[in-house]
Amino acid sequence: MFVYMDHTATTPTSPEVLKAMMPYFGEFFGNPSSVYSFSKKSRAAIEKARTQVANALNAEPSEIFFTSSGTEADNWALKGTLEKGKISGKNHIITTAIEHHAILHTCEYLHKVEGAEVTYLPVDAEGLVSVDDVRNAITDKTALVSVMFANNEVGTIEPVAEIGALCREKKIPFHTDAVQAAAHLKIDVKAMNIDMLSMSAHKMYGPKGVGALFLRKGLRPENFMHGGAQEKGRRASTENIAGIVGFGEAMEILQGRLADDLAANSARRDRLIAGILERIPHAKLNGATGSKRLPNNINFSFIGVEGETLLLDLDAKGISASTGSACSSESLDPSHVLLALGLKHEMAHGSLRFTIGRLTDDKQVDYVLDVLPEIVAKRRAMSPLWEDYMKSQEGK
Amino acid sequence: MALDYSQKVMDHFMNPRNVGEIENADGVGEAGNPKCGDIMKIYLKVNPETKVIDDVKFKTFGCASAIASSSMATELIKGKTIEEAWDLTNNAVAEALDGLPPIKMHCSVLAEESIHAALNDYREKHGMSVIPMERHED
Repeated sequence: MFVYMDHTATTPTSPEVLKAMMPYFGEFFGNPSSVYSFSKKSRAAIEKARTQVANALNAEPSEIFFTSSGTEADNWALKGTLEKGKISGKNHIITTAIEHHAILHTCEYLHKVEGAEVTYLPVDAEGLVSVDDVRNAITDKTALVSVMFANNEVGTIEPVAEIGALCREKKIPFHTDAVQAAAHLKIDVKAMNIDMLSMSAHKMYGPKGVGALFLRKGLRPENFMHGGAQEKGRRASTENIAGIVGFGEAMEILQGRLADDLAANSARRDRLIAGILERIPHAKLNGATGSKRLPNNINFSFIGVEGETLLLDLDAKGISASTGSACSSESLDPSHVLLALGLKHEMAHGSLRFTIGRLTDDKQVDYVLDVLPEIVAKRRAMSPLWEDYMKSQEGK
Repeated sequence: MALDYSQKVMDHFMNPRNVGEIENADGVGEAGNPKCGDIMKIYLKVNPETKVIDDVKFKTFGCASAIASSSMATELIKGKTIEEAWDLTNNAVAEALDGLPPIKMHCSVLAEESIHAALNDYREKHGMSVIPMERHED
């Protein structure tokens, strides 16, 4: 059985989306910037996609700017806003300790190269940022607040609307990385007072290599990509027409099934969580529960085992999952997100993430619940850490 | 990353040899710490006359290469004298596994260190001099 439970890493491009994209590789290959009538087809396709994306967010089409990725959108929002802010002496960024590296590493760069001051707000044990912490961190030098809509590792959904209202009141631009959230939640940039929002198509059954930045009317961060006059002179480079068409199509399809997906995913998520807690002793759920958690995220730590071993054991059974363990990364530190939630290093090393989606059915949930307890037990049996932990539990 | 593991690493990870503990072991040694995500514990049974390692078991918390390194290292020292076992280097463990990804070489170092710790524990308990242990740069 092939069980793909890593939808947060990426999703397959859906057949309908791929079909909509195909004509723009061959038949309508024209450069949208060209004058002749043949290129009108390409221009029209991009504008249709822009409207599809805007409609999904309750934004205006003129507020959507296509990029190459969510990462580029994040880079543009942060670097462009800070560079703009420098003119008026604003060089302070407020963000959180659990952001994606697209935000964190951009902040580190801005600190190193531009001398920006960055406040990394802590989160509570469930991964939630406090709105009061945001309020208290604001100074007259604050150029930007950037808080992710929902966390990619543990699925915690942040109080974005409250932070948006606060930033609007304080007249500070508010950016949110919605790369994960946009694939699962209804987002209304007007009601939520969002000024900038990053998205990526491949997390929502669209193609890789295309993203977007929503920029509220009137906001003009400095450009990130310099060159031609594409995207109203705000983002240079010949448009990825097929990709943009795919993004628009994926976004529109998603809106039509958002409520059904939410219900189906949440039910399977909660069944997986309950099943793991029931069948595996000393399993710890990381993150929040219920409506404060993305409907497709399941993240556990199993004391005594290391995450990479679980991934390989699961892979041998045909199951694709993910971990926050250092051993699956280039560094020796485990996930910064799990550490920010207050997990001890050994618990962070022992984390396992399943992210479900359109490829998931009930049989797969049963299958995972069948094989996982055995795998965890096998690896615990050879772990000195598990032995020590069990000894420490005796007499408790 | 996971896919870079040799077949030998995967074999020793999926079917590790010499897993477990030895009751009343003659020497026990440990290396690593939970913060780094690796702990290796080695148990030795040594023949009092010949000083040959009759039995060796391990318990390891860590990634696939840590478990494979423990498994391979125990195979390499079983049946060897305590002097021969001391000379097992981390590179020999990695080579026997047909190599480890560069970022995982510290796993083979842990195998060498935990075996040295177990051998020194044995030596100390049996009135022999403890050999200074080399610390590797991680």
